[in-house]
Amino acid sequence: MPDGRTGVLVSGLRVLGRAIREEPRIFAVSVGGSTAFGLLTIGTAFVVGQIVGRVIVPSLETGNVVTGALAIAATALVGLSVLRVVAIFGRRLGAGAMQYRLQARYRRRVTRRYLELPVAWHQRHATGTLLSNANSDVEAMFFPIAPMPFAVGTLVMLVAAVASLFTVDWVLALIGCAIFPALFTLNVVYSRRMAPRQARAQQLRAEVSAIAHESFDGALVVKTMGRESAETERFSTRAFELRDALVRVGRVRGFFDPMLEALPSLGTLAVLVIGGLRLRAGAVSVADVVTVAFLFTVLAFPVRAIGWVLGELPRSVAGWDRVRHVLESTGEMAYGDRTLPTGAAATLRFDGVSFGYDGEPVLRGVSFEVPAGRTVALVGQTGSGKSTIASLAARLVDPRDGSVRIDGVDATELAADTLAATVALVPQIPFVFDDTVRGNVSLERDGISDDEIWRALRLAQADAFVGRLPEQLDTMVGERGTSLSGGQRQRLTLARALAGRPRLLVLDDATSAVDPRVEAAILAALRGGDERASIFVVAYRRATIALADEVIYLEHGRVVARGRHRQLLESVPGYANLVTAYEKAEAERAREREFDEVAVP
Amino acid sequence: MTRPVSTVEEPDERPESTGRTLRRGLALSPELRIGLAGTLALAIVAMAGRVAIPVAIQQGIDHGLRAGPDMQFVAIVVAATIAVLTLTTTCSYLMMRRLFTVSETALAGVRTRTFRHIHDLSMLHQQSERRGSLVSRVTSDVDAVTLFVQWGGVVLLISVGQVIVTSIVMAVYSWQLTLVVYLAFLPLVLVVRSFQRRLAAGYGLVRKRIGAMLAAVSESVVGAGVIRAYGVSRRTSARLDETIDEYRVAQQRALRISVTSFASGELAAGLAMASVAVVGVLLGADGQLTIGQLTAFLFLVTLFIQPVQIATEVLNEAQNAIAGWRRVLDVLELEPDVADPAENGVPLPPGPIDVRFAGVSFNYPEGPTVLADVDLDIPAKTRVAVVGETGSGKTTFAKLLTRLMDPARGEVLLSGVPLAKVLFSSLRRRVVMVPQDGFLFDATIAENIRFGRPGLSDVDVELALAELGLADWVAGLPNGLATPVGERGEALSVGERQLVALARAYVADPDLLVLDEATSAVDPATEVRLQRTLDAVTRGRTTIAIAHRLSTAQAADEVIVVDEGRIVQRGPHEKLLAEPDSIYGRLYASWLEQTR
Repeated sequence: MPDGRTGVLVSGLRVLGRAIREEPRIFAVSVGGSTAFGLLTIGTAFVVGQIVGRVIVPSLETGNVVTGALAIAATALVGLSVLRVVAIFGRRLGAGAMQYRLQARYRRRVTRRYLELPVAWHQRHATGTLLSNANSDVEAMFFPIAPMPFAVGTLVMLVAAVASLFTVDWVLALIGCAIFPALFTLNVVYSRRMAPRQARAQQLRAEVSAIAHESFDGALVVKTMGRESAETERFSTRAFELRDALVRVGRVRGFFDPMLEALPSLGTLAVLVIGGLRLRAGAVSVADVVTVAFLFTVLAFPVRAIGWVLGELPRSVAGWDRVRHVLESTGEMAYGDRTLPTGAAATLRFDGVSFGYDGEPVLRGVSFEVPAGRTVALVGQTGSGKSTIASLAARLVDPRDGSVRIDGVDATELAADTLAATVALVPQIPFVFDDTVRGNVSLERDGISDDEIWRALRLAQADAFVGRLPEQLDTMVGERGTSLSGGQRQRLTLARALAGRPRLLVLDDATSAVDPRVEAAILAALRGGDERASIFVVAYRRATIALADEVIYLEHGRVVARGRHRQLLESVPGYANLVTAYEKAEAERAREREFDEVAVP
Repeated sequence: MTRPVSTVEEPDERPESTGRTLRRGLALSPELRIGLAGTLALAIVAMAGRVAIPVAIQQGIDHGLRAGPDMQFVAIVVAATIAVLTLTTTCSYLMMRRLFTVSETALAGVRTRTFRHIHDLSMLHQQSERRGSLVSRVTSDVDAVTLFVQWGGVVLLISVGQVIVTSIVMAVYSWQLTLVVYLAFLPLVLVVRSFQRRLAAGYGLVRKRIGAMLAAVSESVVGAGVIRAYGVSRRTSARLDETIDEYRVAQQRALRISVTSFASGELAAGLAMASVAVVGVLLGADGQLTIGQLTAFLFLVTLFIQPVQIATEVLNEAQNAIAGWRRVLDVLELEPDVADPAENGVPLPPGPIDVRFAGVSFNYPEGPTVLADVDLDIPAKTRVAVVGETGSGKTTFAKLLTRLMDPARGEVLLSGVPLAKVLFSSLRRRVVMVPQDGFLFDATIAENIRFGRPGLSDVDVELALAELGLADWVAGLPNGLATPVGERGEALSVGERQLVALARAYVADPDLLVLDEATSAVDPATEVRLQRTLDAVTRGRTTIAIAHRLSTAQAADEVIVVDEGRIVQRGPHEKLLAEPDSIYGRLYASWLEQTR
């Protein structure tokens, strides 16, 4: 929260100002409705006073009903009521429309920003946080909008009420001058007391939610390791801290709410006493006293709307701060405007590329080339930086030093459409959208017909299982593709890449969950088909590596060797060690077995 | 695999009645009743304060102002009213304090119980819901209940009380006028139920739409890389806009219903006032009412209208809260279908574990058969590899073995004890599975490794890593064991995450270790090294590895080949190779092609 409490009030009012500037018309409607409602309420008090003075007192004192006046009075009451209904519609529908439209607009802005900000930014922000930025923070930001027109209308009503009191009697008006500002002050004190407690509760709410999110995300691990009780304990600790914070919020409410209710009642009693004195002095009539007392009764409730707005301001400001953090985040990777010709395979070139996350270097001076139409394999130990190179090739991230060039053009200068049409990355962990098979493969890119989709599925060896799905291409695959197996998800994302006929295909260990036979078939299809693409593949399997025209061997973020597979096998011990690991293990086992067989009998 | 059935999915074309939900809710949270009588008593006294003012006005006008005016009498009335107000305001304060403490305590309990219950549900149940929707059960849904209990509950209570007290006072002044007021409100009572039904449906839609919106946002955030790589941010934002707008439209529709309902109350109020004025004057002229009484009655009508209006409003908002409560209760009342046998259970006998499948079949609810009539014995201390093509039923086998699911028919026995009878506390300590997706918590590497054994010191963790041959890898990380792994472990590469997950299972020291493609993203050299060290350190335990890299199968004592839900071959690698045309023979031939 920014600088102190007055700070909250000022920034809160600024958020409201921003809201009014964005929806001036609807705001006008709802404030109009609210003001009308307020004036009608005061009008009702006067009508009631008039009824007592002109109808009830004469009728009851004389025993003769003043029929005409009574009819007018009844019509006036019903009429006022109808007008109030119209005002209520204006006020509440206007306020609601304003609140919901602003929420929707800011949600669109926040989510658009998510799409613009680079992958590196996303990696620094937890999914749960981004979700609550788009949802509850935007909601909190515009919370005070709902009661705001009511509050503005009430302010108008208060001024009118005090003014009208002076037309009745200046002494009674002074009571209003004392009570209404007192109510207002009490409200301000109330919301100030509330603000830090609310903020604490909100903070804990977020923490409780974060624990639940992570714990349910890892439910399988929690279950398989029997940690349900420990996790419940972790959750429960926070949940009860939240309880304590909410009880503290409740105590403040319990203290101020009854006071706010009692204050207008005290005003009414004061009216009775002072009204009595003024009556004795002959300055007012009984009807006047009734009018004033009635005003106090009907005004007590609306005045609290001001308190609601003030009470919600701290939350609103906190929400806006978080929303603003997203909207004002920079670091989006701007695209250039250079285009590339379509058709033939593309070349990929890394020139002295270095990269690091948070200062820790992951890649150091990496240079290599994937010539047009060739297949290049990238091999290295777990954690050596292979996936980072794949991300750089598809420009998910930009290098810290050096450059990544496609067809000789720096990737940062390429237009977004060109980049997407040229390079297709298939990541290690397949990401599947909650959509149909068709939607997942085509992603609604231009010119991808069903025939093209089936062609891509065939190439990815996914046509058989898709053919068996109940509704084939129209089958929904569920959130994150839960209805598919790991290998099926990988083949679906491979088909997605192939459907766009990319000129450079980047495979980041993209077939790890696919059976060897299936993988062999995929690779054969890729090599043998009419795909004219350069292939850059992160791989462990020798069959994959053997298909490559060149192999790049990576150790701790540096290229230590490159060349044909056979060449590297002979000259680079680290490489040989890595790719022949299975054979060696098998040979070793065979030796041990022989030894056992010799030794045992 | 088929699409999991929706067991706890979205409701509710015809939601159950509010009353029934309240009864279920109270039954599951008896804490809410603590001190309820005292709170109610305080509420009743607090309410009485509201009628004090009209009574004071009536007394003041009739006996004070009109008679003279008699200022002494007015002073007495005012002093008495102030005394009453002081008492009732204090009672209000005490009542709210009690209510907040009791309700927050009870609902923190509900939160915790629901959280635990969700973990107790089977994998199938957990996966049948979007994750965000499970989270909302312990967050926003419970918040909605809190709001209802505190706001709705109190206000409703006070309002109803106020209506009753006001009615009594009104009836004392004039039963005829009271009747008039009731008649004016009669139409409202008749339409209010239909409004509630429409509102319930309206809010149901709002909840559904918010769920869809959150799912779309989360997809766009988690899939940010793919969206960027394929240049489909336009399509994604179009989708997002659609869900955001649908949510807004649903909100506005619910609001329209709510406002219409509120406005009808306003109209009824106007009608009541006018009728009271007319009938009151007629009665008064007849000498049946005093001026003060009639005036007080006009005040009483507003006192009657206010709570009726507020109560309708609260009931409207309550539809939203009740929907939340219902969602919480639906989860809490869902019987875990794979449950801990608790007092009927037994621990696993000590020592190495042997495995027996007796006529085991499995299918997902309303799905095709995944495993059919599997009979199998795995002796203790053996190392078994389960191989087969994608979709052959390997993973299902692992899930049945660790009782993540129960078989449709047949029985799985560990060391002779039917799995369904084994206490979870014993099962989860002795049998550990490493799933393919090695989920890590947002903590350091050391904390993740000791997840299963929280007491373990850093030295022990280091020792374990050294035993697994991973000491060099950890030493190469920027902060060693203290390196944070990021959300879901995303600061590490996929292969590294699997290394941590494996170490986590290893330090848990199980007697039966089940590896479900646990090293699929690790480089071959590391995998082979890991396997050899695992073989060495797990000697004396039973290990079952689901694998598609046949290197695992070669190293195992026995290989089990699964095809289309049946065990088609079993035996040591060499023996199975004797039949080159068998399924294993073909799998191995292609593996050789791949790796040589």
